[in-house]
Amino acid sequence: MSNHSSAVAEQFEDAAQQYEAATLGMWTFLATEVLFFGGLFMAYIAYRHAYPGGFAAGSRQINLVFGTVNTAILLTSSLTMALAVHAAQGGKTRAVVRYLLATLGFAMGFMVVKGLEYHQDFVEHLVPGRHFTTDLPYGAQIFFVLYWAMTGLHACHVLVGVGLLSTLAWLAHRGRYSTQYYTPIEIGGLYWHFVDIVWIFLYPLLYLIDRHA
Amino acid sequence: MNASAHHPSRSRYFKIWAALMILLFVTWAVATLNVGRFNILVAMSIAVVKMLMVILYFMHVRYGARLTWLFAAAGFFWLFIMFTLTMGDYLTRSGFHHG
Repeated sequence: MSNHSSAVAEQFEDAAQQYEAATLGMWTFLATEVLFFGGLFMAYIAYRHAYPGGFAAGSRQINLVFGTVNTAILLTSSLTMALAVHAAQGGKTRAVVRYLLATLGFAMGFMVVKGLEYHQDFVEHLVPGRHFTTDLPYGAQIFFVLYWAMTGLHACHVLVGVGLLSTLAWLAHRGRYSTQYYTPIEIGGLYWHFVDIVWIFLYPLLYLIDRHA
Repeated sequence: MNASAHHPSRSRYFKIWAALMILLFVTWAVATLNVGRFNILVAMSIAVVKMLMVILYFMHVRYGARLTWLFAAAGFFWLFIMFTLTMGDYLTRSGFHHG
């Protein structure tokens, strides 16, 4: 009748409780992620307070077009992810796969833009250390330590997301999910939306400190 | 069977996306216009609104169990404690701010 993955595990009363437990488990993990990134945000807050001029100068060096385009890409990828979950609810397997692949496409687009951006930053001597540009006020180098750390950590999370989305798309294609059981897609969606939310905050904090018309 | 009885419709998802894109444009526009001291307040307020839209609608927290809402809020609660206590230290030191 039902395959093993849609059966309710014995510690749960019913499927609804099992689903809620999965959701709470993912949110608990996301809480640890909030604090993981939170440490870097904390450092950012403290050092921006200490070196506002250096941070403003640093922010003006990075590519606003790339940053803005990437924000738009991630926001749209959250839409396609939500639509994938919605399709899973309705048992529309082919739509699920298409929306997951679309989300995957946006994720990879994000990484391509990031790669171009990182290359430009490197060429312009914005990597902290021996070859860091001497044209910027003190504190700009600290800004860039945080820029590379925060966007780098975020990019790692995007890559993990790429792995997750690929796996979900493959399993959906193989008919693993149905209207009775699509929890992994919803839970994977929670992870992906979190990645989007981190960037929603990174964008203004890194790219928009002191831009002028 | 999944617990949440209600899920947003497809058109609701598209409307949320449209609102997010508009807010992105507003964020960029305000930053470019440069309202000085209010830049960061405006930018952070808009970011919080975008985050809430993603959490409540895309992540279904609006339509889920109360306990889910509590778990979602908990992480940010501790983050707030860390920000507040840490900056309580730095903001009351002399010599830390350089300009």
